[in-house]
Amino acid sequence: MSLVSVQNVSKSYWRDSFEIPVLNNISFEISEGEFLGLMGPSGSGKTTLLNLIAGIDRPTEGAITVAGTDVTRLNESELAKWRARHVGFVFQFYNLIPVLTAFENVELPLLLSNLSKKERREHVEFALNVVGLEDRMHHYPKQLSGGQEQRVAIARAIVTDPTLLVADEPTGDLDKISAEEILKLLERLNTEFKKTIIMVTHDPRAAEKAHKLRHLDKGELS
Amino acid sequence: MKVLKLIIKNTWRHKLRTLLTILGIAIAVMAFGMLRTIITAWYAGVEASAANRIITHHRVSIIFQLPLTYREQIQHIPGVAGVSFANWFSGIYKDVNDWRNFFPRIAIENDAYFDLFPEIIISQEDRAAFAKERNGCIVGEKIAREHGFKTGDIIPLEGDIYPGHWEFVVRGFYKGRDATVDETVMFFHWKYLDEQVRQSQPGREVNVGWYVMRIQNPNDIPRISGTIDEMYLNSRASTKTETEKEFQQSFVSMSSAILTSINVISFVIIGIILLVLANTIVMAVRERTREYAVLKTLGFSKNHLIQLIGGESMVIALAGGVLGLVFTFPVAGGFAKAFPTFFPVFNVEPITITMAFGAAVVAGIAAATFPASRILRMKIVDGLRTLE
Ligand SMILES: Nc1ncnc2c1ncn2[C@@H]1O[C@H](COP(=O)(O)OP(=O)(O)OP(=O)(O)O)[C@@H](O)[C@H]1O
Ligand SMILES: [Mg+2]
Repeated sequence: MSLVSVQNVSKSYWRDSFEIPVLNNISFEISEGEFLGLMGPSGSGKTTLLNLIAGIDRPTEGAITVAGTDVTRLNESELAKWRARHVGFVFQFYNLIPVLTAFENVELPLLLSNLSKKERREHVEFALNVVGLEDRMHHYPKQLSGGQEQRVAIARAIVTDPTLLVADEPTGDLDKISAEEILKLLERLNTEFKKTIIMVTHDPRAAEKAHKLRHLDKGELS
Repeated sequence: MKVLKLIIKNTWRHKLRTLLTILGIAIAVMAFGMLRTIITAWYAGVEASAANRIITHHRVSIIFQLPLTYREQIQHIPGVAGVSFANWFSGIYKDVNDWRNFFPRIAIENDAYFDLFPEIIISQEDRAAFAKERNGCIVGEKIAREHGFKTGDIIPLEGDIYPGHWEFVVRGFYKGRDATVDETVMFFHWKYLDEQVRQSQPGREVNVGWYVMRIQNPNDIPRISGTIDEMYLNSRASTKTETEKEFQQSFVSMSSAILTSINVISFVIIGIILLVLANTIVMAVRERTREYAVLKTLGFSKNHLIQLIGGESMVIALAGGVLGLVFTFPVAGGFAKAFPTFFPVFNVEPITITMAFGAAVVAGIAAATFPASRILRMKIVDGLRTLE
């Protein structure tokens, strides 16, 4: 059964009064437990598509349903709550908050929940344990390597146990060995923890790990 | 407030910048407090003036004198409960370059003058001793403390309006009923002034600088003032009668240009506080645009972001405000010490503290408004695309 359903989605950006068409009438489905790789040349609209599915941007046309909710119909604050519950984000440049420790960064999404302090600590420690960084809990991002920072970011993405994990070029800024570790980790999250993952990537080795590949070119999906 | 930790950590991100901003606000708040205090000190005399006293002086200017004969006539106007008169003596005490030597010296009709001023408190013995001594004087406790005047001391003055060398014997002290009463005046007998001038400058007459009247019923003040001024309209010395408050105010308003500029500057300072803070907050928020986009992505609401940005602004503003007030008291104290006779009453009033603190709070809110609204309006995807 499909977890994500994208129906006739188009998206344009406007710069000044110019319309920049990015996605053109795209439809596809993602089943629960899938590990989908999204590939395509630079500027083809991969990030845009990912952002629409993750509910941080809205399509110009079409509907996107995730776990039964049409996210295009939610207003801004409903969407924010929905993201906090259902989506885990992993970015190319980690996007950790530099003044917070690894622990505090991972704790951030839990501040929006009703968990007690003790429960939050348990969740954070568990997530850091999964990514193998329990011993770096009290380090600040600048005291970590790029690969470690990305692992903290992954811990932050999974700490709320989201329905969907989206990763935009998670290995794009990493050396080969660190990239390998991150990919293994994502694979493990998929197989062991049954997470549905959508990963945008340029990297063929990353694409190998995905179970299914989709190509985006000039706003068309194949 | 779960974002409190992040507010504190953000505030300390650029320690030097934050400290300089806090210091800048503190200095501005202190300057604001000082200027407001100077203004209130300036008006203290006006505030203290009684509502039931009126003053009659020469229509043209206070520097011209009125005939002694007016006393009898004024006294018989119905509703006048008491009348006395005084003269401005001026004179030079010791070094003119020391502010402390500039206390007012006034010749008064006699000790009954004090009956019109219940806020001037003198012991029975002092008053009696003063009444008996031709060249006795009563001094305010504040200048007595300043100069160490004791009973029996001689105060020497060089005359200017009334030339010659003058000596007065301290016969007593007065204190104010409350803090608004000027405790820096020296009072002595008009009779002594008259006597000495007759002797040293035959032909010169000493008359009356101004008359003071206590009015039984303050509602009669307009009527009585009108009666007095009409009475002398066509005489050699026509008069102007005003309430004591108006009279004091006319002294104050002589310097009204200065006062107005102090007033304006004090509000300009609030603008400076705002700019100093706004500059810091705008820079800090711009640098972190991407982080705010990440927080929005994670599901943080508009309220959270307002708390985060407004909180940082308030932390800095309040730290600056508190520090500024902490500076204000010793600086005001030092100022009051340096110019004790210039501003007889120099207190940092609660209203000044409230205003200075309020200015910091308003600046804190205002400085956060623009950057916070920019972040709230920002689309997540645009925020994520920004590079530091
Ligand atoms: N927020 C935006 N405002 C305006 N134009 C945008 C915005 N985001 C993307 N675009 C434009 O849309 C097109 C697709 O961008 P997108 O980031 O989705 O591509 P991408 O496939 O992720 O590329 P890359 O591989 O370089 O990350 C580009 O031409 C880009 O300039
Ligand atoms: Mg992209």
